[in-house]
Amino acid sequence: MERDGSMTDSVVMRASDLENWSTGAPDGARVRNAPAGDIEVVDLNAWFGNHRALRDVNLSINGRAVTAIIGPSGCGKSTLVRCLNRMHEEVRGARVEGKVLFDGRDIYAPDVDPVEIRRRIGMVFQRPNPFPTMSVLDNAVAGLKLVGGLSRSELRERGEWALRAAGLWEEVKDRLHEPGARLSGGQQQRLCIARALAVEPEVLLMDEPASALDPASTLRIEELVQELKERYTVVIVTHNMQQAARVSDWTLFMLYGEVVEFGPTSKLFTRPDDQRTEDYVTGRFG
Amino acid sequence: MGASDAPIVEKAGAPARRRGRTRVGDAVFKGMTRIVAFGLVMLLVLMIGVLAADGVRPFREFGWRFLIGRNWNPVAGRQSFGALPFIYGTVVTSTIAIVLAVPVAVGLALLLNEVARGWLANIVAVLVDLLAAIPSVVFGLWGVFVLQPAMDRTIEPFLANTVGKVPLVGPLFRANVSGGFQGGDVFTAGVILAVMIVPIVTAVGREVVSTVPRDLREAALALGSTRFEMVRMAVLPYSRSGIVGASMLGLGRALGETIAVAMVVGNSLGIHVSLFNGGYTIPAVIANEFREASSEGLHKASLLALALILIAIALMFAALSRLLVRRSAALVSGGPAPPATELARLEGAA
Repeated sequence: MERDGSMTDSVVMRASDLENWSTGAPDGARVRNAPAGDIEVVDLNAWFGNHRALRDVNLSINGRAVTAIIGPSGCGKSTLVRCLNRMHEEVRGARVEGKVLFDGRDIYAPDVDPVEIRRRIGMVFQRPNPFPTMSVLDNAVAGLKLVGGLSRSELRERGEWALRAAGLWEEVKDRLHEPGARLSGGQQQRLCIARALAVEPEVLLMDEPASALDPASTLRIEELVQELKERYTVVIVTHNMQQAARVSDWTLFMLYGEVVEFGPTSKLFTRPDDQRTEDYVTGRFG
Repeated sequence: MGASDAPIVEKAGAPARRRGRTRVGDAVFKGMTRIVAFGLVMLLVLMIGVLAADGVRPFREFGWRFLIGRNWNPVAGRQSFGALPFIYGTVVTSTIAIVLAVPVAVGLALLLNEVARGWLANIVAVLVDLLAAIPSVVFGLWGVFVLQPAMDRTIEPFLANTVGKVPLVGPLFRANVSGGFQGGDVFTAGVILAVMIVPIVTAVGREVVSTVPRDLREAALALGSTRFEMVRMAVLPYSRSGIVGASMLGLGRALGETIAVAMVVGNSLGIHVSLFNGGYTIPAVIANEFREASSEGLHKASLLALALILIAIALMFAALSRLLVRRSAALVSGGPAPPATELARLEGAA
């Protein structure tokens, strides 16, 4: 009950946030107008030890749009998204071959620093993972502190901006100094989104961001994704086909580590080219 | 009472029997754990009781001045006992050990778990564990014949010329009362203790560090943190309480270590600001004098009282660490659920 009330409030609030987004962003925040965030995946293969999780994936992800990756468990969708910001290699025994061109440049080129890539391509994980020892505000600006060079007041300003962008500000503005772990699950996940947005990435990767959340929180995250695509390239992995249909412009269907079909969401869900896609989206397996 | 009832009764009987057996098992288990737990507590009470029975004598004789008395003279007729030099020596050597060992051990734990992987990490880990297997008397021998000469000739003069000139901490690192650096001293004893407790603190520290949820490490990395920043941001804050616990374990060993300390600490009663002076610790004096103490005399009672004080010091440190742990645990509570599901999910792709 209570949740419903607060939700309508903040939806209204967020519409105004959007207007403020370009004008209200603090001076330090650069205004984004360059076409950015196109990702081109070329012959990508990934392994966990001897297990090949991705097989010759080729793909063009459009900037400033939402691309959903769907497929049954174990089809490699998480692996694919984790290859896009070089997180895959952090797992012991994991290995990648192939290219991922980000704005024309291969992020797997030897002279590329994965740290730099991860600053430009942010990520939100399946389970909310705020830093338990940090306050709400400190969590939001954790990435900015890494970059350094910002005063306390600037940090606070940027933190507020990020929390607004994640649609969380109204709920936490009086609790900024409480531990981040004390928020509800849905709030924690939006805090993680705020944390990812605060460093102003060009791309936001979301690995099943709502699968650990209740329906109301899921709805909020989905609304948020819709807003984010105005400014970011969003790639969202989801188990939930309705969710993919609701939030995405493009959908990628994967099976056994291979791309089966990639196309506009409306087409993929209504007139898929591949029989396997049709079987999956109509619920015949998976 | 028809024939049709029989199967039902039988069916109901089987689970009831099973339940009955579990109850007996539970009762036995409960009884056994109670006996063991009670026995352990009784052992502790008994030990403290025996110590206290005789150990109160010096307190009766000297009052609270036993605690702050600086004189320890077991010679019959001129007997006088004060515990302060031993309390001081014990606390100071253990503190030096902790201050030196904890950063090294935490660094090692992080190196082995976060940075080095593969054969190098394995070799270092084995070497550190081997260190724990060396008997303390061997450490003592090494201390007397290798470490102490090196300290006297090189390290202590060097420290006196550098750190010794820094305000505030400087006076801790000056030449000893005889104007030089010769002889056993509390600093050397602290260094030996540090080497001795590094393995245990490292081992426990590694366990602690490995419990940091994978989620948190990935959160930091995905924000664009370097490996070091990830450690600072996700690993250290999360494992702070565990590291305090590991340090307290090390401290416990340092407080009780006897023979290695007795061999290098100098066994002298002075209390001086400079750490390069000789000192004495409670375990060392107990080990050195228990044979000479006549069974009825005040000397023996004073040694028992020292043992009581040692227990009290250890308990105080344990309580202090509990307090520290609780404080940082309060921050983490409500944190993320246990790790491994992310990994399990990723590997579920296999």
